[in-house]
Amino acid sequence: MSTSRILQTSARRALIRPTSLVAKFAPPAAFATNTHYVQRRQVTQQVSQSTGEEILAKQRLRRPVSPHLSIYQPQITWYLSALNRITGVALSGSLYLFSAAYLASPLFGWHLESSAIAASFAAWPIVAKVLTKSALAFPFVFHTVNSLRHLTWDMAKQITNKQVQQTGWAAVGATAILTLYLAVGL
Amino acid sequence: MAALRSSARLARSLRVPPPSFARTYATLNPAVAVSEATSQSTPVKGSKGTVQEPAPSKEPKIKTFHIYRWNPDEPSTKPRMQTYTLDLNKTGPMMLDALIRIKNEIDPTLTFRRSCREGICGSCAMNIDGTNTLACLCRIPTETTKESRIYPLPHTYVVKDLVPDMTQFYKQYRSIKPYLQRDTPPPNGKEYLQSPAERRKLDGLYECILCACCSTSCPSYWWNSEEYLGPAILLQSYRWIADSRDERKAERLDALNNSMSLYRCHTILNCTRTCPKGLNPALAIAEIKKSMAFT
Repeated sequence: MSTSRILQTSARRALIRPTSLVAKFAPPAAFATNTHYVQRRQVTQQVSQSTGEEILAKQRLRRPVSPHLSIYQPQITWYLSALNRITGVALSGSLYLFSAAYLASPLFGWHLESSAIAASFAAWPIVAKVLTKSALAFPFVFHTVNSLRHLTWDMAKQITNKQVQQTGWAAVGATAILTLYLAVGL
Repeated sequence: MAALRSSARLARSLRVPPPSFARTYATLNPAVAVSEATSQSTPVKGSKGTVQEPAPSKEPKIKTFHIYRWNPDEPSTKPRMQTYTLDLNKTGPMMLDALIRIKNEIDPTLTFRRSCREGICGSCAMNIDGTNTLACLCRIPTETTKESRIYPLPHTYVVKDLVPDMTQFYKQYRSIKPYLQRDTPPPNGKEYLQSPAERRKLDGLYECILCACCSTSCPSYWWNSEEYLGPAILLQSYRWIADSRDERKAERLDALNNSMSLYRCHTILNCTRTCPKGLNPALAIAEIKKSMAFT
């Protein structure tokens, strides 16, 4: 054993022993220098392998799931992805609903033909017209525009951080313009 | 020579930056740092006379940190947010410095993982101010009016405080067989050679440290972590698929060819956005999907 090694081990032992020099002098020194170092007491206890596993199994049953959706930073990546899913559901849902209603309309005597709908729609006030049109146009336009991004990504292109943000905001802008056009201009 | 070098470094660190230098992030005040360092080491030597009173900062920059706490010894109590305040003048520039300072000087019961403090071990991955990152690579924003919030990696089982349970993550890593698989011996009898171009394909893949920041930022992984492998593991998988020396590319792709393992990726792209190492898991996944589609 070399001298340095002996020194090292004795120093380590001195550190471990509770009545060591460090423990005696650390609090006054910390006090004198106006720094607060919290003393940590070692309270580890030995348990057998099987007991340890039992404790672990019990802990695993009670572990909470850390917060996720509510705390994650709003980013254009996952917000647009969620919007893409929502508009997709809205589009297909409204298609299914209208188709089913159209199929059942003779049974209930509803008039869902294009001419009847157009006639009743024409009688609406202008605000209701624009609102209804944009509510229908928005999911369609956004889902279409965003699908172009998805097709590009499937070719493994435009998939860096910068490009994703650029195309994301471009999709938002294009959606706003096209929705407005469909709602007001058409 | 070594002594010369270290003293030169000390002198450099003591140099005070010019006052016109606008600081956006917390930097360690050299004078305070030195006095704090000596106050720590002097008690052992017993030379109390040289211990300097740490200069009390004239304009304390008090920053508030809200930190997620949960103790497994009291499993019935709900997780809570605990608030700590620190003077940024006395704290290092990184979030990990703040956490270590809280643990050393305010509350030793605060629990978190850390090891290398330089972004190479991936231990201190956590959710800081809403994004997943390594605490050691995340600077503390110096605006003291904004309060920082620190959570464990999102949608993971919490072992204690900021320590998530990574068992499932490592199991998934094992499942992709992250090692070189070959049947034929090396052609020259010594080693498997690669051309520079083949080696370049592994750049941006081999740097991954498996900190799980990307996987736990992925909403798809939040809802399907039992079966979906997640961005980190898929990037690792692609690291072996892209390796010219590996001979099991077909088997590797075949193992991913189901509705869950790979195709739960809906190109949300939170993974690339959050990667603290600046890698691109989304691109790796897109390349896997492409090679599945075109073979």
